[in-house]
Amino acid sequence: MVMPHHGERPRSLETFPEHSPESPLSIHDMTVAYDRRPVLWDIEYEAPTGGRLIAIVGPNGAGKSTLIKACLGLLPTASGLIEIYGEPYRKQRSIVGYVPQRETVDWDFPVSALDVVCMGRYGLIGWCRPVSRRHREAARECLAKVGLSGLESRQIRRLSGGQQQRVFLARALAQEAHLYFMDEPFAGVDAATERAIVDVLRDLRDLGRTVICVHHDLQNVPEYFDEVILLNMRVVASGPVRETFTEENLLKTYGGRLTLLDEAANALARRGEPG
Amino acid sequence: MSAVVAAIASPGAEEIFRILTFRAGYNTSAVIIGAIMLGVAAGAIGVFALLRGRALMGDALSHATLPGVAGGFLLGTWMGFDPRSMPVLLTGATVTGVLGVLTVLFISRHTRLREDAAIGIVLSVFFGAGVVLMQVIARLDIGNRGGLQQFIYGQTAAMQGRDAMVLALLAVLVLLVSLAFLKEFRVVCFNAEYARAQGWPVGVIDIIMMTFVVLVTVVGLQMVGLILVVAMIVIPAAAARFWTDRLFVMLLTAAVLGGFSGYAGGAASAMAGGLPAGAVIVLASGGVFLLSMFFAPARGVVAGVVRTKRVHDRTNRQHLLRMLLEADEVGDAEGLTRTGVRSRRAWPGRSLGRAIRQLRSGGAIDVDPSGGLELTTTGREQAARVTRNHRLWEEYLVRHADIAPSHVDWSADLVEHVLSSEMVRQLEESVAARGGALPPSVHPLTGDPETAQG
Repeated sequence: MVMPHHGERPRSLETFPEHSPESPLSIHDMTVAYDRRPVLWDIEYEAPTGGRLIAIVGPNGAGKSTLIKACLGLLPTASGLIEIYGEPYRKQRSIVGYVPQRETVDWDFPVSALDVVCMGRYGLIGWCRPVSRRHREAARECLAKVGLSGLESRQIRRLSGGQQQRVFLARALAQEAHLYFMDEPFAGVDAATERAIVDVLRDLRDLGRTVICVHHDLQNVPEYFDEVILLNMRVVASGPVRETFTEENLLKTYGGRLTLLDEAANALARRGEPG
Repeated sequence: MSAVVAAIASPGAEEIFRILTFRAGYNTSAVIIGAIMLGVAAGAIGVFALLRGRALMGDALSHATLPGVAGGFLLGTWMGFDPRSMPVLLTGATVTGVLGVLTVLFISRHTRLREDAAIGIVLSVFFGAGVVLMQVIARLDIGNRGGLQQFIYGQTAAMQGRDAMVLALLAVLVLLVSLAFLKEFRVVCFNAEYARAQGWPVGVIDIIMMTFVVLVTVVGLQMVGLILVVAMIVIPAAAARFWTDRLFVMLLTAAVLGGFSGYAGGAASAMAGGLPAGAVIVLASGGVFLLSMFFAPARGVVAGVVRTKRVHDRTNRQHLLRMLLEADEVGDAEGLTRTGVRSRRAWPGRSLGRAIRQLRSGGAIDVDPSGGLELTTTGREQAARVTRNHRLWEEYLVRHADIAPSHVDWSADLVEHVLSSEMVRQLEESVAARGGALPPSVHPLTGDPETAQG
């Protein structure tokens, strides 16, 4: 897989020279508002180049999903600039994968696990053409990668919760994207699924892909992720986990919520342990 | 009673046969063929309307056509056209129908009202406007104003071969479009937000879909009437959903069920001369729906009841096997009779008798003359597998209590099929550490758990 290359430097970079064109995701000065209430303001972020697993962490209502949706063009931004590998999102859609939150899925829909994974290939197939055998095979391989061989023709409601989550991960894989956004991929999954997801994410990183996950569980941030974005309506801190995921930054992000601080303390205590 | 039968008319067997085989005259055949074609078109497009959550939208759409029909009539009269010319009336119907849909979309997007409320408002206000305009027309001194009522209740008697041709063309068009855009429609109906994130123009795809809903509705107005036309769109699609879990199959099934309803309804109304075809067609599709709802093998009510019963039976058999094995483990299997089994566990109704009967006929247990239940060799193997599985799942829940039990696949016959071999090993160790016994796995745990499946 060849990383996207753009011979022409986008004009915007001259205005903001600190953003390198190779960054998988760079956000400058972004503000997002629902109705009258700003949800995110003055977001500045630049993802490092090369394969990274990045967690977006923050309290409820901090705007974690909103950040992802704004990057994907699903929400209008009040201001700001979002670039994916140096280009606006609408030019880069084919190399951006998305795993939505479980709750947004209609589980009773007449599709099988394989049908769902094939949707990841639709962009590659193009308008009005049927899913060919080649694409179906690619989708089958992705299902195998997440450990679901043999369940291809299962209607999705007849899968367990963890299996459902893995189907959506397989759909993202099938797209062969470079940058992935995942909205709480670990929410409510069983231990086997958690393991399977972590394995897949690490494979992606080794292939040089960038994965950005909204993540809830502070405890395993140091174990699973390389980078962290601490978010609470603004970016409190971002960077490598070792430098950024500190007690001080977590305090700034979560304010004085004691239970969460306990979790953070646990997480910090576990930082030294091998992953 | 006989008066009712007489009023419906009773054709002879020969006449019935002629109607069913399209040989009962030009008009009757045109009506039946037209009804079939409308059923096919509405059934196919209805699948996407239903899955996109737009079933009720069709109702708003059809009711909103009335002011367009009446307005078209008035405007046509004023401009000197023949006011009953179909193109004028149907154009009017399309204009206000689409306006109604757009109003619903506007209200639900820009206010906090939910779509059902928006549909209720638009449907009744537009229909009210239509009724007022109809009244205005009734008071005007225009020579020929008959025929407008047909748009409300539908009227097939005047149907010509040409109309049937138009409907056939529409059916072919809807099928072609449904197949061509199957992939696009599927992803948008399934998860519009994902589709949007992937760069599909969801708005354009929605418009293509709704265009055909509008076309089917407007063309169907004449035949079924605006009150009932939504039934043609919703019912065959909803019935088809009971038969399959595949979108493509559902599409074909809905088209076939819609076509069949049209055929049965059209023919029945021809036999009972004078019954309104639209209403009879809708009744026929209602019958198809009822049959599907109860008797469809995939998702029908009866199949569901049978499945539940089977799961209950299986669970009860497993409980009994496990109980006998555990009694064996502690050495008091001798003389575990029905009474003994009942004293250890509550068995509702005849569930114990059923479990014993089923296990006996499966050769898993024997009943000795004194009523004692004993495991056979086969039964012992089954019991060991069941017990192992249950104990591992229990251990899993204990160790991973943060996982909602609904996310654990209890239905799997063997824990090895769901959890990784490493996980199973960990669970085995932790059962052993707590002093629990565990029957050995029937699958060697060396390989990949996926390949062990079978």
